[in-house]
Amino acid sequence: MKTIIATALLMISLIGPAWAEPLLVNGAGATFPYPVYSKWFDEYAKMNPDIHINYQSIGSGGGIRQVSELTVDFGATDGPMNDEQLSKAKVKLLHFPTVLGADVPTYNIPELQGELNFTPQALAGIFLGTITKWNDPEIAKANPGAKLPDKLIIVVHRSDGSGTTYVWVDYLSKVSPEWKEKVGVGTSVNWPTGLGGKGNEGVAGLVKQTPYAIGYVELIYAEQNKMPYGAVQNSEGKFVKASIAAVTAAAAGASKAMPADFRVSITNAPGDKTYPIASFTWLLIPEKIDDPKKGKAITGFLKWMLKDGQGMAPALLYAPLPKEVVAMEEKAIGQIKY
Amino acid sequence: MAMFRRPGVSPADRLFRATVFTVAISVLLITGVIAFELVRNSRLPIEKFGWGFLWGTTWDPVAEQFGALPFLYGTLVSSGLALLIAVPVGLGVAIFLSELAPRWLSDPVTFLVELLAAIPSVIYGLVGIFVLVPLVRNVLEPFLSGALGFLPLFRGAPYGVGMLTAGLLLAMMVVPFVVSVSREILMAVPHSQREAVLSLGATQWEMVRIAVLPYARSGIMGSVFLALARALGETMAVTMVIGNRPEIRLSLFEPGYTMAAVIANEFTEATSDLYVQTLIEIGLVLFAVTILVNALARLLIYNVFTKVEVRE
Repeated sequence: MKTIIATALLMISLIGPAWAEPLLVNGAGATFPYPVYSKWFDEYAKMNPDIHINYQSIGSGGGIRQVSELTVDFGATDGPMNDEQLSKAKVKLLHFPTVLGADVPTYNIPELQGELNFTPQALAGIFLGTITKWNDPEIAKANPGAKLPDKLIIVVHRSDGSGTTYVWVDYLSKVSPEWKEKVGVGTSVNWPTGLGGKGNEGVAGLVKQTPYAIGYVELIYAEQNKMPYGAVQNSEGKFVKASIAAVTAAAAGASKAMPADFRVSITNAPGDKTYPIASFTWLLIPEKIDDPKKGKAITGFLKWMLKDGQGMAPALLYAPLPKEVVAMEEKAIGQIKY
Repeated sequence: MAMFRRPGVSPADRLFRATVFTVAISVLLITGVIAFELVRNSRLPIEKFGWGFLWGTTWDPVAEQFGALPFLYGTLVSSGLALLIAVPVGLGVAIFLSELAPRWLSDPVTFLVELLAAIPSVIYGLVGIFVLVPLVRNVLEPFLSGALGFLPLFRGAPYGVGMLTAGLLLAMMVVPFVVSVSREILMAVPHSQREAVLSLGATQWEMVRIAVLPYARSGIMGSVFLALARALGETMAVTMVIGNRPEIRLSLFEPGYTMAAVIANEFTEATSDLYVQTLIEIGLVLFAVTILVNALARLLIYNVFTKVEVRE
C-alpha cells in the first residue's frame, strides 16, 4: 500500500511541471463589449497558452466596484468612471478605450416606407414627452415627403441600468439643456415618459410589437436583427446613418481634444461624417500591478489588442479605434508599473 | 437541551431528535441572517431617507432621490390581481381533477399541470411578450375599456404591457401551484365524508361544498400562500411585461413596476454606494412585505374559519 502511494506521489511530482497551470488573469465588467472581448481573450490564449484571461460580463457597475476593491485584475466599463469613483478606488486606475459602439433610434410605423431622419431636438422632445405625435412639425421638417401619421408616439427605453442608456442620455444632455436639467446622465435615469423594456431584446420586442413606438438599441443589435433605424443629424447639420465607419469617424473627430486619461464622451462629436450617438468602451487597469507576471500579461494583451485585436472588431460589428487614439494608447501603456 | 436526555429514550432517537432540531433551527437562523444582512447593508438609505422611503414616489438615480412606494404598490397590486384570477381557476381545476374527472383525463392533466409549475419564469416572460402582450393590446384591453370603461380601472391607451398583463401572466404562473397542492389535499379527504353527504341525497356540488372543501380548507389556504409567495417574489417574467415605470396609476392598463423587478433591473449597473444600498433596502422592504402579507392572511383565515363550525 505504501509503495503504491509513494509511486503515485512520485508520478504526480514528475508530471506536475507539464501540467503547470496557466497564469489566470481575472477581469469583470461591461456586457456590451463582451462578444469582442471573449473573442480577443480566446485568440490571445491560443497564441499564449501560458496565459488565461477570464472575463465575466457582470455589468459596468460591478466591474468598477470589483476593480476598485482589487478583487479582479482589471475591470471594464461602458461609461468612464467619475472623479469621485476614481478617488475611492484602492489604487489609481487607468482607462484604455478598446472599441466603439453606437446607439440608434429604432421605430415601428406600419404605414411608413423608407427611413426617417431625426433632428436632435426631435429626439430630445420625443423622450422628454414634449413631442407626442408622429406628425409633429419638428419630425416632419427633417422628413420632407414622408407620410407621417397623426398618431401618439409610444416611447420605449431600457429598464435595466446599461451603458446603452448612458450613451443615449449623454447625447440628449448635450443637445438639450432641458434634458440636462430635468433628467441628467446615468446608466439609469428618471424617465419623463415611456415604457421600460429589459435589455436590448426587451426594447426591441416592445418596439417591434407596438405600432407607433420608438426606442433605442445598440447598432450591433439593430443590424443583427434587421431592425429599421433612423439617421440622426450631427453637429455639422448633416443627417448620418450609423455605421462602423461613421462611428470610427466620431472617435477621430473627438481625438483632437482627447484628454490624457481617455475619459471622454464622444457624443455629438464634430466632423461631417460623424454619427453623433457613439461611445468608447474602456478597460480599467490598475496603474500599479503587484504581480509582475500579471503585469506583463496585461500589458502584453493591451499591445496585442491595439494592433491585431482591432482588426477582429469589424467582423463582430464593433467599430475599431481610429489610429490617432491607438498611438496615444500605445504610449499610455508605459504608465503601467509592475 | 434537557429535551434530548429524557430517560428511556434510545441513543438513536436522541440523535434523530438532535438532527431534526438542528435542521429546524437552521430555517430560523437563515431567515435571521438574511434580515440582519439586509438591514446592515442598507444603512445609508435608512439614515438618509428614514421612514419616508416607504411613501416616497420619486425614483431618480441621477439625483439620488429614492422612494419605494411605486414598487410597493406594483408588487401588491400585481400579486393581488394574480391571486384574484388564479385562486378560483386553480381551485376549480383541482376540484374537477379530484372529484369529477375520469381517470384517463385526470392523470394526464395532473401531469401537465405539474409540468407547468416547472417551466422557468423567463419562458413565461417570453410567452408574455410574444403572445399575451399582443392579445391584451388588441383584444382584451379594447374589450374591457368598451365594456367596463366607466370604471377608472379600465381606462387609458392599450399599450399591451402594464399591470393587467403582469397580473394575468402571474396568474398563469401560480395556477399550477394552486392546482397541484389543492388536488393533493382534496384527494386526501376520506371517502366516508363524501359518502355520508351523498347518502343524504346531496348533489355533487353540495357534496364538494359541505363535505370536501371545509375538510381541506387549511391545505387549500396553504396552496394560496405558496402562490402568493411566488407572485410577490417573481422577477423575470414580470419585468418583461409590466412596463417598468415607477408610477402609481389607478388604471390597470398603465405600466407599473415591482420591487423584485427594479432590483433585477438596476443592481448590475448601480455604481454609487447609496444607489446600491437603496436597492438592498428595496429587498428589505420586499422581505418585510412578504412576512407581513403572510401573517395578515393567516390572521384573516384564522378569524374567518374559527367562526365557522365544521364537523370533522
